[in-house]
Amino acid sequence: MSVPSKKILFISRHAPYGSSLAKDALDAILAASAYDQQLSLLFMDDGIFQLLKNQTANEIAQKSFAAILPVLPIYEINSVYVHRESLEKRQITINELVLDGVQIIDSATICSLLTQQDQLLSF
Amino acid sequence: MSTLHTVNKSPFSHSTLSSCLQVCGKDDGILLLEDGVFGALTSSPCAAQLTTLLVAGVKVYALAPDVNARGLREKIREDILITDYNGFVKLSIEHSCVQSWY
Amino acid sequence: MIFSLAIYAAPYSSQASHTAYSFALALLENGHTLYRVFFYHDAIHTASSLATPQQDEINFTEQWQEIAKVHKIDLVVCIAAALKRGLLNQQESARYEKPTFNLAAGFEISGLGQLIDAAVMSDRLITFGG
Repeated sequence: MSVPSKKILFISRHAPYGSSLAKDALDAILAASAYDQQLSLLFMDDGIFQLLKNQTANEIAQKSFAAILPVLPIYEINSVYVHRESLEKRQITINELVLDGVQIIDSATICSLLTQQDQLLSF
Repeated sequence: MSTLHTVNKSPFSHSTLSSCLQVCGKDDGILLLEDGVFGALTSSPCAAQLTTLLVAGVKVYALAPDVNARGLREKIREDILITDYNGFVKLSIEHSCVQSWY
Repeated sequence: MIFSLAIYAAPYSSQASHTAYSFALALLENGHTLYRVFFYHDAIHTASSLATPQQDEINFTEQWQEIAKVHKIDLVVCIAAALKRGLLNQQESARYEKPTFNLAAGFEISGLGQLIDAAVMSDRLITFGG
């Protein structure tokens, strides 16, 4: 008996590199892509820093997020949201982001997005 | 459909509660727990934001064991409800999803 | 209702472990089902058989083992997070030719798929971070 697919939103709020939570979130959503669920990913707060271009992380012995994030469409994770107010607070513009096709959404839209989900995976 | 937000960081040292309040809707609930209970003080940097949401109908709770541990029983805002783990379970069922802010 | 919990924080370093455990107890006392507890990030340390807290301190490893036994709860530790932090079961210890293994009884090492399965199979999945 199959279970209907669920809407699962991954919320990534932590900056890359300083803690491994950002990478853990990415690993989780990439693993989830094998399970035929309706996945989406939201970057907010310091999580938006994961999306900056020109990251070279080899000197801190880590893998660059700018190199990893472009695989999301290959894993069919196409619903990627970025919080507008988090970008504005940090004075980051959309053309500084490594991913095309992200949806920039405001706080009110996030509020509503959360209520549309079956599960929230908070990172 | 509504969201239960849990917050475990003090607003005096983290912007976590402030981020939560930005995306909280009028049908949502907020549970302050662990160091998040400091957000229930009238002196909290987020006090005004919280008042706006309370006036709009959001219910805000603080978890009793964490309030008591920190000696805050007499200092919590009157418009914040003190609840226990049974209450936490109930809230997680009443709302359709739980978003953990940490 | 069916619940699953995802815990990310190490025991003792933050309150998250205790909050998660207390929530688990409450949901079980209220007649709900706990399908799985998934230990990710630093929470994998909860599953170490070598954890030796003081006599007057809570022993998280044993507490989870006890309720898992009584209520038949799946305690799963993320394999990637575990291996890099030095938590191994017998099989991984042999594979990597390590001198010993330290996964506590009652816990199982598995992949992130178990977290996703928990999200799919549960009515509520709640995260406890540090």
